[in-house]
Amino acid sequence: MNRRESLRALGLMAAGTGLFASACNSKDTKGTASLSENSGERLPGIQDFEYERTSSLYKETFFTEHELATITVLADIIIPKDAQSPAASEAGVPAFIEFIVKDLPDYKTPMRGGLKWLDIQSNKQFKKPFKDCPNEQQIKLVEAIAYPDEVAPGMEQGAAFFTLMRDLTASGYYTSEVGIKDLAYAGNRPGNWTGVPADILKEHGFDPINFMG
Amino acid sequence: MSNFQIKENTEIYDAIVVGSGAGGGMSAYILAHAGLKVLMLEAGPFYDPAKDSLQLRWPWESPRRGASTTRPFGDFDAAYGGWDIEGEPYSTVAGTEFSWFRARMLGGRTNHWGRISLRMGPDDFQPKDGLTEAWPFGYEEVKPYYDRVDRMIGIYGTVEGIHNEPDGIFMKPPKPRLNELYIARGARKAGVPVIPGRGAVLTESSEAIKGRGTCFYCGQCGRACKVYGDFSSSSCLVIPAMKTGNLKVIDNAMVREVLTNDEGLAIGVSYVNTKDLQEYAVKGKTVILGASACESARIMLNSKSKAHPAGVGNSAGIVGKYLHDSTGASLGGFLPQLMDRKRFNEDGVGSVHIYSPWWGDHKKLSFPRGYHIEYGGGLRMPSYGSMNWVPQVNDYQKSGEGNKRKGGYGEALKQDYRSFYGANVGMAGRGTAIARLDNYCEIDPNKVDKYGIPVLRFHYKWASEEVAQAKHMQETFQSIMHEMGAVITSKIPGADTSYGLEAPGKIIHEGGTTRMGNNAKTSALNKWGQAHDCANLYVVDAGPFVQQGDKNLTWTILALSMRTAEYILQEKKKLNS
Repeated sequence: MNRRESLRALGLMAAGTGLFASACNSKDTKGTASLSENSGERLPGIQDFEYERTSSLYKETFFTEHELATITVLADIIIPKDAQSPAASEAGVPAFIEFIVKDLPDYKTPMRGGLKWLDIQSNKQFKKPFKDCPNEQQIKLVEAIAYPDEVAPGMEQGAAFFTLMRDLTASGYYTSEVGIKDLAYAGNRPGNWTGVPADILKEHGFDPINFMG
Repeated sequence: MSNFQIKENTEIYDAIVVGSGAGGGMSAYILAHAGLKVLMLEAGPFYDPAKDSLQLRWPWESPRRGASTTRPFGDFDAAYGGWDIEGEPYSTVAGTEFSWFRARMLGGRTNHWGRISLRMGPDDFQPKDGLTEAWPFGYEEVKPYYDRVDRMIGIYGTVEGIHNEPDGIFMKPPKPRLNELYIARGARKAGVPVIPGRGAVLTESSEAIKGRGTCFYCGQCGRACKVYGDFSSSSCLVIPAMKTGNLKVIDNAMVREVLTNDEGLAIGVSYVNTKDLQEYAVKGKTVILGASACESARIMLNSKSKAHPAGVGNSAGIVGKYLHDSTGASLGGFLPQLMDRKRFNEDGVGSVHIYSPWWGDHKKLSFPRGYHIEYGGGLRMPSYGSMNWVPQVNDYQKSGEGNKRKGGYGEALKQDYRSFYGANVGMAGRGTAIARLDNYCEIDPNKVDKYGIPVLRFHYKWASEEVAQAKHMQETFQSIMHEMGAVITSKIPGADTSYGLEAPGKIIHEGGTTRMGNNAKTSALNKWGQAHDCANLYVVDAGPFVQQGDKNLTWTILALSMRTAEYILQEKKKLNS
């Protein structure tokens, strides 16, 4: 079977044109409507225990409304909207974080406790929970915990929480449809790899004639 | 319920094959095509990559986005199972360590493996280092089988003429990615060779290979291939063998033991159905174990009878001994030259595009044998956790001025994620660990799994040679990173962590537990993979390996299983004539 026949076997040879591009826009990307949330559909090859586990996690709720609102504020501070792409909350990051702490329960306590730590700090400094503070005050608190090498004494636990929150936000964002588009990842579609494009090779000082540049 | 019955099937198969990975799959394929009636038992469920693979799925199609909660290599990876399986424990002797990976599914670990397909060389079969042991034959004995596996399964690579890295019959290799060109250039300066990869992926169509598609370069071999464009035992061996009408597969069948008669010959096996927990016994004229090195050893040690009081095949007490996994260590970094790089589809194949075969000069080294290096990086599909490294290194500034800090948030951080994406590089060494009598698995006298089958207990320690090898790897990695102008982001592991040497079992290249040999006192099997003390029992996984090289095992498992299956056919012919 040659490559063309491979694609036919994959069901990607539909109208015969534009087949390489069509794979990534195909109808099975149901996540599109809600931007990033899986619809709960059972994917092929999923074992029973995996499906049951995921289904039951969907039914549980871990974060309170207050906690989830705080997560949403933080996620958007970490990855805000800019000229190129939307903010974390628009990419479904809070819902992803709600799922992943149930899936990886070791994160439950650091997240819950960290959010509480943040509100306590916020109350001490601004007499309000974090989510209700004006943006300048929120940023002032975030500044104190966002740079792990420069944390003032007494703020270390906050920095550890922020690092986790940042990583979960990035995981949720850059695995969402808008996040992958933001990174301009160009793969996950059938094609024919013929090496690095010649102009890019030259830009990096490699000779397209040589296999190893 | 009071009725505890073992359901006996009266049919007598020509051969029963336990396990459906590379070893079991190849034997079943050869025997079924030769017209034998073959029964295969697989502990996990049926799996067909064409239907069950998660190839071309996007990360957002799973709520955990590729996190490794239920599958050790992420939830889009093909492997069912892992190092820890609910209800299937194992133990380790205090002060030793071993992690035992099991893929419970048709095709076993071949559904998700790296497809890196290297032949062992003349010096791997007949070592000259004075420390590691020789096989009962040399490379020339295995070469014709390697050649046939190359033609039958398909492999890409280049003819290089390196003495201990034998060439095969190759399809065209995929070209290097951009980071790999930097690696090749840096490695050359560091005195380390880099050659095109060798992988079991169809980069061309072939007259000899029917029913399989050609690679379309999604880079997702680990998810198993829907068009059978790479080698999985499920798609390339078992499913085609079933089409002959001569192979029957029973899935969810966990084998307890090999059944033997008073003369000590195998008459069949008993198994438990993992779904309904019913007990079964099946009969066969020949029993072939390909359950994986440690699982086959476990079955043999659990197969005790009057004729085989220490377990079948274990008259010499060798079964379970000489367990050895590859050494492994790694280092990560990024290439400033690749920051803010132009985007293009760089997925390539899911196996390696380049690698470094062992090059070392042993006059200067404190360890025997050697290792090869595999490389990573590039514009890969983002997955759970794949951007976490960026805020750990984003104080780096190309211009060398200013006061950028690690971490951060907001638009600046968002710009950093874009800027660093695709600039990472990684390298990992895979080396020869010495097969030693005192690294072994045995039956734990106090523990059974959820099916009541006694479990394995491991006793494994690295020795100074393996640690010295890991140290050498780290020095090599650093020098390549330096020569290519990369910034190392890993903490460089020192003596306190044995230079990052992975725990035994973590590289998933374990073998040696049922070693071959001409002397029945020092080996479990003869040079054909046939038990010295049970003439119709064979082992075809990596258990028979006397001593691995640094080469990934699968190609050698395939070649030796083919050789053993054809020996079985010859023996049958002799009996019939």
